[in-house]
Amino acid sequence: MTGNTAIRARGLTKNFGKLCAVNNLDLDVPRAAIYGFLGPNGSGKTTAIRMLCGLLTPTSGSASVLGFAVPGDAIALRPRIGYMTQKFSLYGDMTVRENLAFIADIYSYDRSDRNRRIDEILREYDFVDRARQHAGTLSGGQKQRLALACAVLHKPELLLLDEPTSAVDPRNRRDFWARLFRLADSGTTILVSTHYMDEAERCHRLAILDRGVKVADGSPQELQDSTGMNIIEVRADNPQRAATILENLPGVMSVTQLGVRLRVLVPQEIPGARQTIDAELRKHGLTAAVAEVSASLEDVFVAVTQARPERAA
Amino acid sequence: MNRLARLFAIMRKELLQLGRDRLTFGMIVGIPSIMILLFGYAINNDVRDLKAAVADLADTHLSRQFVAQLEQTQVLNVHYSVSTPEQLEKLLRAGKISVGIHIPPDFDRRSIDANRTAAHLLVDGADPTIFGVANQLANFPLGFDSTETGKPPVRNLEIRPFYNPERRTAVNVVPGLIGVILTLTMILFTAVAIVREREHGNLELLINTPVSTTELMIGKVVPYIAIGLVQLALIVMFGKLLFDVPVRGGLLELYVGAAAFIAANLALGLLISTVARTQFQAMQMTFFLLLPSILLSGFVFPFDGMPPAAQLLGELLPNTHFIRITRGIMLRDASIVDVGNEIAVLAGFAVVALTLAILRFSRRLD
Repeated sequence: MTGNTAIRARGLTKNFGKLCAVNNLDLDVPRAAIYGFLGPNGSGKTTAIRMLCGLLTPTSGSASVLGFAVPGDAIALRPRIGYMTQKFSLYGDMTVRENLAFIADIYSYDRSDRNRRIDEILREYDFVDRARQHAGTLSGGQKQRLALACAVLHKPELLLLDEPTSAVDPRNRRDFWARLFRLADSGTTILVSTHYMDEAERCHRLAILDRGVKVADGSPQELQDSTGMNIIEVRADNPQRAATILENLPGVMSVTQLGVRLRVLVPQEIPGARQTIDAELRKHGLTAAVAEVSASLEDVFVAVTQARPERAA
Repeated sequence: MNRLARLFAIMRKELLQLGRDRLTFGMIVGIPSIMILLFGYAINNDVRDLKAAVADLADTHLSRQFVAQLEQTQVLNVHYSVSTPEQLEKLLRAGKISVGIHIPPDFDRRSIDANRTAAHLLVDGADPTIFGVANQLANFPLGFDSTETGKPPVRNLEIRPFYNPERRTAVNVVPGLIGVILTLTMILFTAVAIVREREHGNLELLINTPVSTTELMIGKVVPYIAIGLVQLALIVMFGKLLFDVPVRGGLLELYVGAAAFIAANLALGLLISTVARTQFQAMQMTFFLLLPSILLSGFVFPFDGMPPAAQLLGELLPNTHFIRITRGIMLRDASIVDVGNEIAVLAGFAVVALTLAILRFSRRLD
């Protein structure tokens, strides 16, 4: 065993032809923590997860998961991990209970243990009343819950969840995350990919991926404290016009509109950002409330992804 | 105008998608060209080279000349020379020959007696085509009196049809039909099996569990063997009740042969499943195999009458071997020893196809 590290990757790279899906990824995921992969679609989250469970062979680099080298020792690793695919991958024409029973048999539970464990999971995951319902007729949120139930049925040490909540409403997402916290508390390591900022904020640690490259990692607080940016919030009468003006102001890195508010990112090296912005808006005859605020995770995301050269068209 | 634009949009989309599916695109050209080449040559009602054996009990100059002349017609091809008519029947039952020539000891005397037939032709009457050919041979002139002209043709040969004396087509068709039906249903069952799981996303989950490839493959084959045997029972039952098709041999032996045949087809289906990317492709490949299984297996045309290349292809099809088993057991009361070779071929086929499928199946996504 590798002490307190569940996943360790060095220089993990995967090319699909000319496309570099994951580039030189270093990763250290501590045990019993929820570790997030935050990134837009196509940033390499799925590819990275698939390499970590041995479904894809890395072009170069190495990874060790729960002390097993992947993909080399993937077969020995399999009983110890639970994997939830992005797409619902259970059998829609089988009932909730039949799906759970199938997974239990695959993981070689013996008869009495099996039924006890299935009953336990049905209770824990609120499926007692729906045990005989076909999985295909469940709602989006219920399907995700069943997928998680199947993934944890054999009590894996590590859960790999690939965008588990992308088709789930906010209420079910909250419920889903509450379950993840309980699992982490009981010692399960969870690697979860998401493109939702609010989900990323709930992770103990996270890595931000952009176009196959890890551009930042740390706890959400660390990331927010180390953006290297001053975040200026602007409330203006005409936010669209204000945004246009500020985008052309030298030194301004990005302007994001949130309803009537604008969040303006200015590198910390540039002094007096708040005053400069205030003055510029006044010069154009706009009245605005300008204040310096602390960074949100979205600001972090904008800061680290904008700092990189634009992708080639 | 809009209507037309939408129509064209649909047509353009169809062609675009068709072009992206390379296998389907290949099938557009492949199915007609390969099939026409294959069957154009193979489909041939002029039966030649029927396997024959001769029991020449007379063994005279005349009888040897007679056999040689029969061979010159190219309709018969004498493979065996035996000493008793019983041995002819045995070869016939084992399916090694279609025609047995029995020349009685008094052949020379009989041949000059216009009221008696000089020799007997033992014919596997199960196949009406073969029977028809043998019937034509019945009027074959004996060499030594070929100089005489103006005489009405004499029946020099007496035809003794075996196994299907009433010459009912159903008796020959139903045993062959078992193979055709099982080929279609069995290959299709497993051909879509892996592909469907891949398409539905189940496979990504499954290959990440401790399930091994061998477990997955064998687990997908075994249940369908039972289903195939149920189908066999249905066909045999309907054949018996509706068409009075006999099962002269052992039912158990028929089931043993069928189990090997079903396993071969299921394994072949799995192999298809590891090649096809979509269920549609899997179905296309199944039909690609089905047509030769009907036309080159001896189901429609007598196998011996096909050209050598077509026979070679036919030997590669499980159905060819299975039809020999079913016709042997059901019509000729063949024992499991008589058709043992064919069962072994089918079992070997199943093992090879299953091994290839397991080797081809990748537990990785790249």
